[in-house]
Amino acid sequence: MYNEEMTVSIRKVEAARAANAALEPRRMTAEEKDALLRTYHPDYKKGEFRTLKIGANAGEQVPTELAALLQGHSRINPDKIDLRHADYDVDVLIIGGGGAGSSAAIEADNHGARVMIVTKLRIGDANTMMAEGGIQAADKPNDSPAIHYLDAFGGGHFAAKPALLYKLVTEAPDAIKWLNDLGVEFDKDADGTMITTHGGGTSRKRMHAAKDYSGAEIMRTLRDEVLNRGIPVVDFTAVIEIVLDENGAAAGAVLLNMETGEIRIARAKTVVIATGGAGRLHYQGFPTSNHYGATADGLILAYRAGAKLLYADTLQYHPTGAAYPEQIFGALVTEKVRSLGAKLVNVNGEVFMHPLETRDVAAASIIRECSDRGNGVPTSDGVGVWLDTPMIELKNGEGTIEKRIPAMMRMFGKYGIDIRREPILVYPTLHYQNGGIDITPDGMSCVENLYVAG
Amino acid sequence: METVNVFLMGKKYEVPSNLTIMGAMEYAGYQLVRGCGCRNGFCGACATIYRVLGDPELHACLACQTKVENNMYVATLPFFPLVKQVYDMEKIKPTEQIMMQLYPEIYSCIGCNACTKSCTQGLNVMQYIAYAQRGEYAKCAELSFDCVMCGVCSSRCPAGISHPQVALLARRLNGKYLAPHTQHLDDRIAEIRDGKFEDLLSSLMNKPIDEIRELYNNREIEK
Ligand SMILES: Cc1cc2nc3c(=O)[nH]c(=O)nc-3n(C[C@H](O)[C@H](O)[C@H](O)COP(=O)(O)OP(=O)(O)OC[C@H]3O[C@@H](n4cnc5c(N)ncnc54)[C@H](O)[C@@H]3O)c2cc1C
Ligand code: FES
Repeated sequence: MYNEEMTVSIRKVEAARAANAALEPRRMTAEEKDALLRTYHPDYKKGEFRTLKIGANAGEQVPTELAALLQGHSRINPDKIDLRHADYDVDVLIIGGGGAGSSAAIEADNHGARVMIVTKLRIGDANTMMAEGGIQAADKPNDSPAIHYLDAFGGGHFAAKPALLYKLVTEAPDAIKWLNDLGVEFDKDADGTMITTHGGGTSRKRMHAAKDYSGAEIMRTLRDEVLNRGIPVVDFTAVIEIVLDENGAAAGAVLLNMETGEIRIARAKTVVIATGGAGRLHYQGFPTSNHYGATADGLILAYRAGAKLLYADTLQYHPTGAAYPEQIFGALVTEKVRSLGAKLVNVNGEVFMHPLETRDVAAASIIRECSDRGNGVPTSDGVGVWLDTPMIELKNGEGTIEKRIPAMMRMFGKYGIDIRREPILVYPTLHYQNGGIDITPDGMSCVENLYVAG
Repeated sequence: METVNVFLMGKKYEVPSNLTIMGAMEYAGYQLVRGCGCRNGFCGACATIYRVLGDPELHACLACQTKVENNMYVATLPFFPLVKQVYDMEKIKPTEQIMMQLYPEIYSCIGCNACTKSCTQGLNVMQYIAYAQRGEYAKCAELSFDCVMCGVCSSRCPAGISHPQVALLARRLNGKYLAPHTQHLDDRIAEIRDGKFEDLLSSLMNKPIDEIRELYNNREIEK
């Protein structure tokens, strides 16, 4: 499956494998990381951002592609919309049928609210379905919410809102329990201990997984639960505007049936935006790991309703997107591949960084390796570096790959690449929006009754 | 550029040979609303059946994961009516009877193996149904784990079984009732509820950024 040039490089990777596997590469110092990020991380490319002229964040910079949408015209003519007749009337309107939206719906139902989900594709066609690596919570004896706090605060360059981060780290174990009680099959030892691994930048092994279908296992369970409860799901329908009442509070939404083009109106006491990410806007021409519907809709809906955005100019480029073959260009290669022991190796078979640096540092380091240093492996779509997957079995024994990362094995196996025997080519892919809509710890945006989850 | 002829819903298009079926549809000018979700083999939205000219065998695949071939006749299966029973997870128990009550049709399996042959994930579908019949839910869960619920197996089943839904029930029963209980999770939740980490957290949150930075850069990392 690999071409000749790649095969020549693979020989070097193989020759160095045993030594590379034994190596414990040095971690970068804080200064080295800063310099690396400033020079190579896509967030620092000034020409790719625009200053907003209108709205709550006027004067701030956002990616060019997002600016166009935030400041664009509405796709509806207000004269043609009749708000006197609502087609749906509920207590809680949830926009987006991913993990956040489905969880919100289940909890609203638990509390007796009349709730409805509107979602652009089917329920579960969402980034949640694609999460592979796992979900973090500090529930092991050697870990604590405080250590989790420090890891996440530092990993996010000390920019997080402390109150939100406090909520995340203190409620994460609850969330794991909540999912487990719904029947999510987390990886466990025979005595019930969760099998956890490192994520990029973590100081404790706190990533809980369900093989490498973690998100799929969570999502299909949540979807089943939503259906069991008979919560109405209006699918193939996109929300295209939030409706405000005379006091400026959220009161419903305008819906567009994606198949028929029909417009519908939903009235609600509370509106929850849970529309996920923005990868499909392909900022700076990057490939993406995101699902088909990840087009920043929530940011735009909320901004137009008066909400404030936070950190819309910082994106996460996952260091290991598939760089080859081109059919899966940009698809995520889960972090777990590195947690299990695979290292990043350049065209000459050299390990050029510690495999578990934070994602931004790892992405910038790969971009440096492939650009200025000229140590990348050329592919039909660009360039990549090796992720030496056979190291996993060298370290942990045969069968580890099939047991722990079956989705990865299948994804490459379809194109004739056996990741147990051959390394794979990776390059950063647009993965996650670090920012979003500014909220309080209870999830409300600065627009009354307009909540945000995700 | 090397090209191949594909027949999308019977209509001929010439497309680059390196595309997936999904890529070929978009290349041909389709704007997909249905039949496309994750684009990466996880969601099962893009179930597709095809035949290649000259070969009578009917194949099933995920359109986002399968390369086009010359003379491929493609039909998408953007929706298949699976039977989904509703149940209360708190009330049901992992007994053999529960499958009998909810999905009795699994006992009409005639052993034709069409489900296994058509599985887009290459799973042993008939075997996991056999485990479900016997109430061996942990085994059913393990064998069906990679299911993306595309529904192709059910479309081929003469007994009207909705295999993905049966497997989902087995996995939820396994995850909730059969898998071992996690004590350290309960303990941590109780510790947090009792405020055991409040002092630590608030002293951390109130430190000046420089001090936090110092702590972060010098933190001990578990091997
Ligand atoms: C490939 C991949 C791997 C990942 N791996 C991990 C991991 O290992 N660990 C981890 O913690 N995180 C991971 N993440 C991130 C994580 O999956 C997401 O942060 C999380 O799932 C987001 O959940 P959500 O419900 O907010 O959004 P989503 O799950 O994306 O759901 C959003 C939903 O809203 C719908 N929608 C969008 N616009 C509209 C509209 N206008 N109207 C109606 N509906 C709309 C969408 O169709 C979708 O159904 C990964 C992400 C990706 C893409
Ligand atoms: S689009 Fe999700 S499996 Fe193909």
